[in-house]
Amino acid sequence: MTAIVETLTARPHRRTIPGTSLFDGDAAARGYALNAMCYSFNDEANREAFRADEEGYCQRFGLTSQQRAAVASRNVLAMIDAGGNIYYLAKLAGIFGLSVQDLGAQQTGVTVEEFRHKLQAEGEL
Amino acid sequence: MAHIVGGIFTSHVPAIGGAIARGLQEDPYWKPFFDGFHPIHRWLAAARPDVAVLFYNDHGLNFFLDTMPTFAVGAAAEYHNADEGWGLPVMKPFPGAEALSWHIIEHLVASEFDITTCQKMAVDHALTVPLALSWPGADNRPVRIVPIALNTVQHPLPSPSRCLALGRAVHDALASWPGAERIVIFGTGGLSHQLDGERAGFINKDYDRFCLDHLGPEPEALVAHSAVDIVELAGSQGIEILNWIAARGALGPDVREVSRNYHIPISNTAAATMLLETPATLSKAA
Repeated sequence: MTAIVETLTARPHRRTIPGTSLFDGDAAARGYALNAMCYSFNDEANREAFRADEEGYCQRFGLTSQQRAAVASRNVLAMIDAGGNIYYLAKLAGIFGLSVQDLGAQQTGVTVEEFRHKLQAEGEL
Repeated sequence: MAHIVGGIFTSHVPAIGGAIARGLQEDPYWKPFFDGFHPIHRWLAAARPDVAVLFYNDHGLNFFLDTMPTFAVGAAAEYHNADEGWGLPVMKPFPGAEALSWHIIEHLVASEFDITTCQKMAVDHALTVPLALSWPGADNRPVRIVPIALNTVQHPLPSPSRCLALGRAVHDALASWPGAERIVIFGTGGLSHQLDGERAGFINKDYDRFCLDHLGPEPEALVAHSAVDIVELAGSQGIEILNWIAARGALGPDVREVSRNYHIPISNTAAATMLLETPATLSKAA
């Protein structure tokens, strides 16, 4: 009897939305360690521990090498590729003093000023 | 039976909590948003609710992704806020309407909604910011609460039509509650916004206007879209409109729009506030 090998990625192709990655089962499974680390940042003592020893803290949560590299480079799109969910990543970004507007600017390749201006312009149209 | 007096629908952007803490209500950036709450304050003074039933989504304070309920109903005597990691001041606890929570839970399960029941549940900005906007003052706790959390974070999400049906079942539960409480419903989050990906900063005024125009008179129009359709139309986090849809269901069939406000931007969000009241309130005021 042939073993049935089932993988998450074997499911039928799902809908794609330009510039948008759905945080679905694939992403949630792939990103578990990274999101778990970010969830721990609800606690100030954990934020402090991360600041004191980033490498050791990431190891404690078992980040994949892709996740570790994404965190080290502070690259949000790379963190999302590695399964990070933005609500959790925002807790990490807070440690670096970055707001969701800083994250928006970084992901869209513009300055924060340009990103804010684009949003303001939406309101004026 | 309990009286459902109306529904307050509002964005819950964390930065609003920061602006409240810093007293920026009259600041030019914030004033156009905060001004939308003046009619709500006047209405609340007349409607005098005792209880608030709030449909919202948790952002990784109470629920981590290890255990992610699709629908979760609070059944606590008290709800604590806590550090969310992005610098908002922690609010003092909110009193729960515990007996009403259990009544809603019993009715929902009898109606075949397989919900999660939470006797302990930390509440995040999605619940605390709308309450702080509606009743200013950090220590102001005029209502007891029933929090109902919807998964708007990890796909697959509940369908919009299921969220409307959940709200309608909550309405039936409130209609069969023997107490004389005056109940206000909250739907929080939205409107269009996206925080993640190359499309970060996405806003869709046409879809937002469609939601505001149809929410009261024709909520069925909002559930013609799937959850993924709404992500495309409103942005990854604009899907929080699911909370508004559920809350609209809880109001019952007939509502009248009292006020609305729409302002871009608050942080990355097209911010909106809407107040709908029920015929019961209309007849009381007459």
